[in-house]
This record gives sequence, structure tokens and C-alpha cells, in this order.
Amino acid sequence: MPILCSSCEKKRAVLKRPKTGHSLCKECFFWAFEEEVHQTIISARLFNPGETVGIGASGGKDSTVLAHVLKVLNERYNYGLKLLLLSVDEGITGYRDDSLETVKRNEQQYALPLTIVSYEELYGWTMDAIVKQVGLKNNCTFCGVFRRQALDRGAMMLNVDKICTGHNADDVAETVLMNVLRGDIARLRRCTAISTASEGEGVVPRCKPLKYAYEKEIVLYAYFNKLDYFSTECVYSPNAYRGHARTFLKDLESVRPSAIMDVIHSGENLSVREGVRMPVQGTCSRCGYISSQALCKACVLLEGLNRGLPRLGIGKHHRLHGKILAKEPLTQEEERKLKAVDF
Amino acid sequence: MCQVDEEYSDQLEKRTAPTVFQKCVKCKDGTAVLIIRAGDAFCRCCFKEYFIHKFRAMLGKNRLIFPGEKVLLAISGGPASSSMLSQVQEGLSQDAPKKLRFIPGIIYIDEGGVCGMSLEERDRSIAQLESIFRATGYPFHIVRLEQVFDLPTSVLGAVPPAPQRPESGYKAAVDQFIQNDRARASCSPGEGGGERDGERDPAVWDAQVRLSRLETRDAPDGTPPPVVRHGEDLERLFSSVRTLTAKEDMLQTLRHHLLVHTARTQGYTKGFSDPRHGDVVIVRPMRDYSSKEIAFYNKMFGVPSVFVPGLDTKASDKASIQLLTESFVTKLQADFPSTVSTIYRTSEKLRAARPSQNAGSETSAKCLLCVCAVDTKAEEASAFHATLVSERLSQKRVPGGALPGTSARDDAAGQCCSSSGGEGGGGCGAGGGGCCSPTRTPTTTDLKSLLCYSCRLTVKDMTAVDFLPRYIVSEAERRSRRSRMKQEISEFLLDEEEDEETC
Ligand SMILES: [Zn+2]
Ligand SMILES: [Zn+2]
Ligand SMILES: [Zn+2]
Ligand SMILES: [Zn+2]
Repeated sequence: MPILCSSCEKKRAVLKRPKTGHSLCKECFFWAFEEEVHQTIISARLFNPGETVGIGASGGKDSTVLAHVLKVLNERYNYGLKLLLLSVDEGITGYRDDSLETVKRNEQQYALPLTIVSYEELYGWTMDAIVKQVGLKNNCTFCGVFRRQALDRGAMMLNVDKICTGHNADDVAETVLMNVLRGDIARLRRCTAISTASEGEGVVPRCKPLKYAYEKEIVLYAYFNKLDYFSTECVYSPNAYRGHARTFLKDLESVRPSAIMDVIHSGENLSVREGVRMPVQGTCSRCGYISSQALCKACVLLEGLNRGLPRLGIGKHHRLHGKILAKEPLTQEEERKLKAVDF
Repeated sequence: MCQVDEEYSDQLEKRTAPTVFQKCVKCKDGTAVLIIRAGDAFCRCCFKEYFIHKFRAMLGKNRLIFPGEKVLLAISGGPASSSMLSQVQEGLSQDAPKKLRFIPGIIYIDEGGVCGMSLEERDRSIAQLESIFRATGYPFHIVRLEQVFDLPTSVLGAVPPAPQRPESGYKAAVDQFIQNDRARASCSPGEGGGERDGERDPAVWDAQVRLSRLETRDAPDGTPPPVVRHGEDLERLFSSVRTLTAKEDMLQTLRHHLLVHTARTQGYTKGFSDPRHGDVVIVRPMRDYSSKEIAFYNKMFGVPSVFVPGLDTKASDKASIQLLTESFVTKLQADFPSTVSTIYRTSEKLRAARPSQNAGSETSAKCLLCVCAVDTKAEEASAFHATLVSERLSQKRVPGGALPGTSARDDAAGQCCSSSGGEGGGGCGAGGGGCCSPTRTPTTTDLKSLLCYSCRLTVKDMTAVDFLPRYIVSEAERRSRRSRMKQEISEFLLDEEEDEETC
């Protein structure tokens, strides 16, 4: 005896929603998923009519579904948005070539213009070249920092008003956990924000329309919509510590499916006690990007790469920022410490 | 795609393998027996000093406990609370350098009824614990969890704390205490200083101990003790809770109510800083210790503890959120020794965001069960709201569907005048509300509207709410009546925030 859809009570249910446990037919699931994203966009006032919105497209499931849903909703509810795809080419042979192919197909399928910015043209370094110098242990640090700035630079070139990223509920919950484990109060406070206002020169406001969408539902949505996405892990292994948090979250979800939303709820309802000192946000004195230090992370990393001192951007070496800015040479002792890299 | 979008600058310190035959970092002389954090190796003697100092520093630093205050020590028999008991003994002893100056009492809650222990097994654990408690000379209270079914509704309301003592009051209290102490010592007959032990008058304590035992064992007027009367009630309640996670949360809530009630009725002002109950403040002095430190200390210095099976004793470490979290943190701690202390320090810097409140008045609604501020009035763009939207969109669409959150409430209020007998105070008309107040068990929906986010999750995991103890049900009914009454007259109320229910 087939199970009936709990929403329309007419059609046969084809899936059980990971988020609520309800059994739904395909059409009702699409409707619910899209309406939820719409509610998120409306209640958080993510967009204004006439805005140009850049969708950070990686070719993965999240950004593919995001592009699809935004296109559907923009037409259904007349948001009046100009949507475009924005991709970053990190310069990772094999991995990136394939995922960029996917993004290019999305460009055709959704009829959304695509722009690709590459690490090589922005920084003069591909990830492949970076890994050759820094090894596999810290490469994700470089990639994360560079990608964030690359998206901003791309968006600035295209006069984009807002950048949307495909971060889903699982990502947000995981980041809440990570920030607790790392003791990063400043990020803990920021990470549940659904959108960030422009934080200064060269930074485009960002938002996460899929913030409350479960990863599993994103896959279901892509599967039943036959969306084309690229699903291979980055060839340069992802951060092991984050892996622990991810596994923990999956375990929590299997014990209590609402756990993902529960963690986000906690994050949203935390505030910093009075009297706790927070880092002061300034701007990088080299490139103008937001930074709590004299130099932003990207500039320090880049400096390290260019000087052949990869550890420069990895540990805490704030006191060296003055020297770097003044283009002064480092002492032999300083150089020795910053050269050593464990692969 | 690689998931790192924001980089983390500081590297986590990975574990460094301990070197064998290290010297103590403190005295630089003794052979280290224990490594607390990476690098900090202590000898036996310095470890003891460190352990004791930490306890006093914790209590002293925050001036949490005033001299002469009655403090109830909640002892489960496990290593941490047993260690706490030994620290209190140590601190109150005559030759302690920085003597603690409060009056301790002990409470043990026998929870064997929720995990299928027989009465004989439970009594055996109690006997073991009693001998430990008796050795301390402190008064103790053995309370059965079943007694929760006899609690009054007052336990769910926060009682305003005694007028705030000014900062300078602490010193005055110390002086006062020392004076009293001296006076008592000079009056005590015979054996001189040796007999003197703080505030204790042996005769009074003895009577109290007997009293507390009477309460739990044989009843004075022949009615069977709560453990017998409410044994089935407890069983029914816990079997109506579907998941181990929710069972553990429910147990925690009930345990809390019992502790607060006992503290109040016995005149304790500090339970164990958790000011949610107003008059009884809960202090957790063992938070600063790792379980490893505690285990080591207990073993090294012969602190007795008793193993009492709990809800989760036979469960796998993936059976509940509590167990999962514990094993996650333990495993992470093994690889990254700073994990626990980082989480601890992070939590110290945070507090729950309070919904916009008027300065001064603490009028925001409190959760029926955990007595914390209700956190479900969040604005539309929130995880809570998004969950309600998802639930609504996955169910049959009601024509002109109400907004989520306000929907299900009214069907209960609608069935007016179907009263089924007057219990639970008030009855029709009188004090209840404009409408008849049917005294039936509130539905899950009714109850949820009175709970915080987290307690809602617990109730969501229950098959029925009919088996909740009476004091919770009656208080829920009272609050629902009040809120319905308020709804009815809402258009005439000038100040929205005027009468938010607190208790
Ligand atoms: Zn349907
Ligand atoms: Zn910079
Ligand atoms: Zn020593
Ligand atoms: Zn609660």
C-alpha cells in the first residue's frame, strides 16, 4: 500500500523529508523546498528589486541548487533581480577543470551569464603551485582566504550588489560547532547571520538563502529535478578538524533530525557577555580589505609565498607585519622558523 | 568542494607525547605522576595542592557563597560530586589555610526507578552512600525521584532572592561568622577545641537526619512512601518519552525541581552560578576540573565513590545527544588536549541573548519546565521560525492557513464549557477566566506554547503528556487560562508588556 503525500493527500509520496519526517510527493516537495527559500528571502529581506545578484557557483550541489531555485523564485515572485553566476578558478588540475565544466553547462541550462576569475590572474599563484610550496597540511587555509577575496574582486568587476553563496543549514551548524571548539567568539557571533552588510571597501554584501535548507534535502531536490552537479571532494584533502565536527553533526542528526536547526537556533540566540573584548575590525594597509591586523590574511599569505616563507601566514606573526609593510628583510632566525613546513 | 570558507589562523596544539620520568613543573623536584595539560607535569604533593587551591579559588573568586550560608551539596555518588564532597570536607576542616565558611548539607536523589533497578538494589546503593555521608558528619537528605509527584506548583516559580547584599556585606559577613564561631567555641562544654566543628549542634543535626529518612522510608501515618505510591507513575512517565535524549533531559528537569524544592524547604540558599530560581542559586564548583584530574585525585587520595547505574549505563555512545557529545568531546580531547578548556572558556564568554527587554524589569516569560527565559519569540528570520514554516508546508494546506506559531492554539480554547469536574483550583468563572476552564490534561500543543525551544524538543519526543506530574500539569493549566484571559481582554490593555506571566 503506497504512502500518500501528507501535503496534497492525493498523490503517492516519493520521499520522506529529512527535515520534518513528512512523506511528500515530488511536486509538493519541490513546492515546500522552494517556498521555504522564498520565506527565508522575504523574512530576512535579502534582496531589493533591481539589484544585480552574483551567485557564487562552484559546480557543486549547493550552488547548483541555489542557482536553480533563485531563477525559479525570481520569475515566480517577480523579485526583479538580475542574476549572474560567478566562479573562481583555483587552478587545481583535474578537480577544478571538471567542476568548471559543470558551471559552464549551468550557464547554458539556466541562461545565466557566467564570469570566471582565477587565482592565477588575481594572485599570480595557482593552488597547484601553492601546494607545491606549502604542502597538503595548510593548503585549505590559503584556498579559503583567497576564494573569499576572489569572489569579492569578481563581484566588484561586474558591479554586483550582492553575492549569494550556497551555504546550507549543515554548513552553518557545523561552523557554529567549529567556532565553539576553536573558541572564536567573533566568528561565532557572525556565523549565524544570514547576510552581512558591506564591511568596507572592496567587500560586497553576502547572503545565504539556503541557510535553513538541509544538505540532504538539497541533494533530494537536485536528484528529482535531475540537476547536473559535480560531486567530488577537493583533491587536496579538506581540513581534518572540520571533518570531526561534520561527523559529529551527522551523528546528532541521526539521533534527532532537528539537531541541525537546533544548533543554528543556539547560535542565533547566543550573545557575548559584557566585558569580553572583541577584535577591532580595521582595513588592510596594503589592499584595503577588512582585517583586524595591519595586513589582511590574503596579503600575508601572498607575501609568504612570494618570499618563499610559507609559514608566514599560518601561525601568528602579527609583529612581523610592520617589517613586511616596510619591505624590510627578516632576520635569519625569523626566516628559519618560517621556512620549515611539514608536509 | 573544499568546505573551508573562512580560515582559522591559530593552529590547534596537537598532543605532545609525555616524556617518561619528568620532573614536577612546580617544585622541580618530585617525580611527576600526572600530566594535566600538555607540559604541566605534577608530583603527587603539588597535584594535591593545585587541586585544592583550584576549588577554593573558584568559590573565593566569585564570592558566590556567603559565610554562614547553608549550602546543599548534590551528590550522585559519581567521581565528580564525590570529589566535591571531599573538597568541602577539606576546606571546612580546622587546619585548612583558607577555610571555607559555609554550612554544608548533602542531598542524594535516588533515580533507580527510571532505569529499572529493584528496590533492593536501590537500597543497597543508598546504604553505601549513607555510610560515606555519615562519615562526614553533615546532615543528609535521601530523596527518591518518585517524590517529584508530590511537589507543589510553587517549585516552578522563581522566588525573588533575598534583598541583594551589598559588596561590602561580604566582609561584614565574614567577621560576623568568625565572631559567632568563637562564641560557640567558648561555650561548648568539655572537650575543648577538638569537638568544635563549625556551626553544628549535634542534637539538631541528628534529628534532621532522622527526619529526612522518615520522609523517604516509612511514613508516620501509615500511608505508603512515595517510592511505592508513585513507582508506577514514574514508570509511565518515562515510558511515554520516546528517545533517550529526551528521557535524559526530562530526568534532568525533574531532578532540578527536587533539588530546588529540597533546598527551599530545608532553608538552604545555595545549591551548588545559576540564578534562574531566584532564591536558590546553583553553583558548579567542579566545572574547572577535567574528569581525568578528578579520577586521578580520587584514586590517589582515596576519595570514595559509589557506582550507581543511570539511564545511559547500558546505552551505546550513539544512543543520545548527551552521550554522543560526551564521546565526541572525549575523543577530540585525546587528540587535541586544549579542546575541553577551549570549550569551557568559550562558554564563559557567552550568554543567552535576551529578547529585547525593558531595562530593570525582568518580566519576560519563563519556561514552565526549566524556568529559563523563553527563547521562542524570535523574529521571523530565525531557525525556530523556519522550522515552523517547514512543518506547515509539509502538511495539508488549510484554506487561508494561519501564520505558523499562532495556528493550533485556538481549537482548545474553542471547546468552551465542557468542564469535566473541578480540580486544579478555581473552577468555572471564579478565578479562572471569562470562560469555563476544563480541567483536562493540556494537549501537547497547549504545553509547548509555555516552553522554551529546548524543552519543546523534549515534549515533542513524548507520546503523551498525560503522565507528567500533577504540579506541572496544574501550573500549565493555570498559565494557559491566564494567557487565554489576557487574549480576550488584549484590546483593552494599554501596555503590551504589562503582565507577562512570570510565575
Ligand atoms: Zn503531494
Ligand atoms: Zn590585504
Ligand atoms: Zn612538585
Ligand atoms: Zn525550558
